[in-house]
Amino acid sequence: MQRLVVGAGYGLKDWLAQRITGVVMAAFTLIMFAAALGGAMASREAWQAFMGNGFIRFLSFLFIVSLCYHAWVGVRDIWMDYLNSAALRLFLHVMTLLALVGYAGWAIQIIWRL
Amino acid sequence: MPEMTKQRPKHLALNEIRLPLAGFASILHRVSGAGLFLLLPLLIWLLQLSLGSTQASTEMFAAVTGNWLVKLILLGLLWAFLHHFCMGIRILLIDIHVGVEKQQAHNSAVAVMVVSLALTAIFGLKLLGAY
Repeated sequence: MQRLVVGAGYGLKDWLAQRITGVVMAAFTLIMFAAALGGAMASREAWQAFMGNGFIRFLSFLFIVSLCYHAWVGVRDIWMDYLNSAALRLFLHVMTLLALVGYAGWAIQIIWRL
Repeated sequence: MPEMTKQRPKHLALNEIRLPLAGFASILHRVSGAGLFLLLPLLIWLLQLSLGSTQASTEMFAAVTGNWLVKLILLGLLWAFLHHFCMGIRILLIDIHVGVEKQQAHNSAVAVMVVSLALTAIFGLKLLGAY
């Protein structure tokens, strides 16, 4: 069987990853909302103590990784849907990927040095 | 198999498409996601300032978040996040075959729009310091 190669992923893995990372981020959002209600954002000191907690740092790490993977799949889909030029698509895919990897490193070092 | 010869990915003529409400909510999912992606550096920078231990970071955080233009941008991002969050839950529910019927899908799209805007108002007033 001949398969037309178009440079797209063939689907299920990205679809599933998008769901799993989405659920991780939604759960983290609810935890942060509950923490805010509990006063974790009441002052700068309370916020820093909360974010410096080992378990919260672990969850923040998972959130950052999930966010960047989720954004990669989503933004790549946008480029694939609207851009006709393969060269431009490749360029923007690479730019998106580099930006997201950089953001992940930046965000992780912010929470990790607490 | 003719479908194997189709040229993919498809490229859509956005100006010719007329969307029902569920489609409109869906494209807003994409728009909000794109906006969050584009302004992610701002959010990470604010996280950095909020967690900085120096006097300079404390003052910078206050100055940046006190700026009305930044507040307006954060209000927009707040809506984007809440819409993306609510729409994401709707997508997950449809994935497990909840609310797939046409009328239910329409109703859930209305619910996503209403709930995300209401939550934006509630949290937005907090952001703007109304309470």
